Amino acid sequence: MGYVERISSDKFERWPGKASMLRRLDFELTERCNNNCIHCSINLPADDPSALERELSAGEVRRMLTEVAALGGMEARFTGGEPLLREDFEELYLFARRLGLKVMIFTNGRLIDRRLADLFAKIPPLIPIEITVYGMHSDSYEDVTRVKGSFAQFRRGLELLRQRNVPFAIKTALLPPNREEIDELESFAADIPWMDAPPQRVVFLEKRCRRDDPEKDRRIEAMRLSPEEALAVITRRADRYRKEMYEFCGKFLGPPGDRLFPCGAGHGGSVDAYGRLEPCLGLRAPELTYDLRNGSLKEAVLDFFPRVRVMRASNAEYLRRCARCFLKSLCDQCPARSWNETGALDRPLEFQCSLTHLQAQWLGLLRPGEHGWEIEDWPSRIGHIPRENPSCRL
Amino acid sequence: MTGPVSLEKIYAPSDDIVAREIEGEIIIVPLTAGIGNIDDELFTLNETGRAVWKLLDGKKSLRQVTEELSEAYEGAEIDQDVLGFVSELAKRRILVEVS
Repeated sequence: MGYVERISSDKFERWPGKASMLRRLDFELTERCNNNCIHCSINLPADDPSALERELSAGEVRRMLTEVAALGGMEARFTGGEPLLREDFEELYLFARRLGLKVMIFTNGRLIDRRLADLFAKIPPLIPIEITVYGMHSDSYEDVTRVKGSFAQFRRGLELLRQRNVPFAIKTALLPPNREEIDELESFAADIPWMDAPPQRVVFLEKRCRRDDPEKDRRIEAMRLSPEEALAVITRRADRYRKEMYEFCGKFLGPPGDRLFPCGAGHGGSVDAYGRLEPCLGLRAPELTYDLRNGSLKEAVLDFFPRVRVMRASNAEYLRRCARCFLKSLCDQCPARSWNETGALDRPLEFQCSLTHLQAQWLGLLRPGEHGWEIEDWPSRIGHIPRENPSCRL
Repeated sequence: MTGPVSLEKIYAPSDDIVAREIEGEIIIVPLTAGIGNIDDELFTLNETGRAVWKLLDGKKSLRQVTEELSEAYEGAEIDQDVLGFVSELAKRRILVEVS
């Protein structure tokens, strides 16, 4: 007779009637970073005095973590900026783990030293640490980070984890200095025992998510790939992509209607470095925040999240196109991205729309010139996605 | 390393885990390395396990635990269940003997 069963937290959350009020809460522990990446949408200097003064104290973060656990949450994500910059990172990490939370850490890895690697080996986060790789060589890496010596520190952090068998995964942002290194990056990732898929790649570079730096936004826009270039990146492992999309499209495609947040936003959320709860990590619209410094997480879950979940789009162009487009789940347009790009939550985004239509043509879902919002026989088209031959078209 | 589990011994949750009660389920979350694994990192207990777990306070011997359970579960094979449960969890480092 087995008295104890081994399960994943995902399985626990799916048990009927057992869903917790909150699955995970993201904590952007700081907007400060020890890198100065050419494309970053959030970073402030590591010693930014205003940020330091306004950031949540350790006590405030501990109180919020305690609330996550009390609401049945299983995970906390620590991100930034660079979360390891906080002097109290270890304290917060241990506090979360001792509450029985798994901790997801997003880092550039530069501040992982022996002491921290030993801590992760002894008390593991229970989720692979996610480390962003900005280049495979010091030249390309530091052309992105603009910090001399950062490549060596990142590689040392990675090796310290590897030596101690601390699970980690790598991901990247495709940028002019590293675009030619994808093959090298994928080979590198293939040797990481905890990765069973190619590294995630940020293909679309986000503008400053606080809309605080128009000059930097212009530089970010200039570095973006064209939709055609992005498609080439997305489909470079054609067989794998086709198989994934075949499954994805069968499950998720269809017109979404006017609901603004058909995603997970409003079921979980993100606390920024200053205690404002937002529906997701990418969305900083001031009108969609809840002040956790002066309120409780439970109140936010019971009052703020439900209001987010029922929000509707009202922009006429969105309603004409996105709300009726059966490809919407394939499209990266979302309220966060819309707000970053336009200052409104419900605007069609031309890059995402073009890329989605190119993907749909590649998959055989659309003919050139067709639009996803005009297709009435979309269910039958989904049923005919070619599994094998990418040249097969409608 | 402790010896075989017996009814005269006292057991308590290990410091290497965190036990959480969520919606009536007891979820065991590993704190230190080597208890769970990266894919199935948590443990949950069956009904018998939950009943035994709640009595393992590091003060009562397993005999006292079985006596308490006997009052609630008449006719069941309490001794066998308690010993089986504690053996299984001690092997996984979820329970430890209290000296």
